[in-house]
Amino acid sequence: MKDVKYSGVLDQELLATLPGVPDAARLELGPVACIECAQEIPCNPCKEACPRGAITVEPGLTALPHLDSEKCNGCGLCIARCPGLSIFNVHKNYTETTSLVSFPYEYLPQPKVGDEVRCAGRDGLFLTMGTVHKVLSPAAYDHTTVVTVEVPKEFCMTVRTIQRGGFDK
Amino acid sequence: MNNNLIVIVGAGPAGLSAAIQAAEAGAKVVLIDENQKPGGQLFKQIHKFFGSRAHKAGVRGVDIGRQLLEETESQGVEVHLGYPVYGVYPDGRVVYGSAEGVRSIQADRVILATGAIENNLCFEGSTLPGVMTAGAAQTMINEHRVLPGKNVVMIGSGNVGLIISYQLMQAGATVRALVEAAPAIGGYAVHAAKLKRSAVPIYLSHTVNRVWGDGKVEKVELIALDEHFNKIEGTEEVLDADTVCMAVGLTPMVELASLAGCRLTENGTLGGMVPLHDENMRTSNPIYYVAGDIAGVEEASTAIEEGRLAGIAAAESLGLSNEKTAEKKQAVRDNLAALRSGAFGQRRFLAKEEMVKEFYREAEV
Repeated sequence: MKDVKYSGVLDQELLATLPGVPDAARLELGPVACIECAQEIPCNPCKEACPRGAITVEPGLTALPHLDSEKCNGCGLCIARCPGLSIFNVHKNYTETTSLVSFPYEYLPQPKVGDEVRCAGRDGLFLTMGTVHKVLSPAAYDHTTVVTVEVPKEFCMTVRTIQRGGFDK
Repeated sequence: MNNNLIVIVGAGPAGLSAAIQAAEAGAKVVLIDENQKPGGQLFKQIHKFFGSRAHKAGVRGVDIGRQLLEETESQGVEVHLGYPVYGVYPDGRVVYGSAEGVRSIQADRVILATGAIENNLCFEGSTLPGVMTAGAAQTMINEHRVLPGKNVVMIGSGNVGLIISYQLMQAGATVRALVEAAPAIGGYAVHAAKLKRSAVPIYLSHTVNRVWGDGKVEKVELIALDEHFNKIEGTEEVLDADTVCMAVGLTPMVELASLAGCRLTENGTLGGMVPLHDENMRTSNPIYYVAGDIAGVEEASTAIEEGRLAGIAAAESLGLSNEKTAEKKQAVRDNLAALRSGAFGQRRFLAKEEMVKEFYREAEV
């Protein structure tokens, strides 16, 4: 019962098969989008969000988004455009020991840069403490804030959010 | 007559879209809604919509509502709010309540865009304050800015249950459990994933057994279900919660279509009894058209497209067409086909196709 329909959580095995998820080699090379979209639903704003044409949804409207990870430079513009909030950004080798992970965050209160936060995985359970590196919410994001946290490197493909209210207000 | 008057009942996404298209084609359009505000459920939809640019994907429902309202106004549509439509006659006479009493209006065409009503569940304690439909909770948080409770149990894992659970958390509540009788999540995985990232427990093959408390919901007892949806004794689990929301499907509101003599058909995929319609959204009574959830429960984006199609086609049937009409209708049909593609949309696509076939079979009899 690993199918996402049963748990609501993507496991690593299924993730590795998704055409929107970059491979391990690409993660080493710099920031990159990670499109965790596993069901053929009629939706394609991610395609138009990418200024470099790195995301394709073909054929039709329901194919899984495909990421050309060579074209993607991890700018993060697609994150807030995904109505399913399922695009993340991973900069694995930010420092020797830490990575940056960016994710959409639509809850109040919003975190601030420098906050020490409780970072959680796809199941919402606590994984590690992290530091808020960036909080972006320009008008173009239409109220979907994109939060970037700095976390120990081993969590770069598991941390996907912060726990609600899990930071110093 | 010959005023080319089209009366539209219901100012939700389907009705507004129909009004815009019919007016643009040159019809005189009167739009009537029993609510004080237009937009139907659109102004409660604070999430970004799916689809493509043609379907306004990535735009929040509330902003799509604003755009439709502006277009409706700029097209010179006459809008009557707070006026319930009590009845319709097969010849196109529409009877409604107004500040001056009951009135009627003779239409050349009527487009029924009355929407759907939420289903309920009955269980021990389901009449206690704190038990409500998911849509009611959404109205409270997103329109009235009132939190119905702090600890919520949501019944139903379709997109309505998933999205409203998320919005309740955005409003500050905790979702203690998402309960689904089926063995799998019904709605989109991306919506479920949002709940999981906030650690919402999802109980598949479970239902609410009973609810109790001192004059209001305080305790909610869940129970596991077997593959035949029978309760499994001994699996009860009690949660502390003050709110139970039901997102267990919708039923099309077909009363007016029935009064107008439109032939109805039973279609489980589309939500129950629905008026038969052809590929132009025209019913078996050629004066009457339908669009949106009344014609089969789907989504706001499909309602918008069906409304547009009904508006164009109703005007066309009054002779209000030009060389672009066929092209416009085809573009709308292409949009609808795109929205009904993929694993989730396929069943609705086939159900709608079957409905059009049935329409013509019935017409031959």
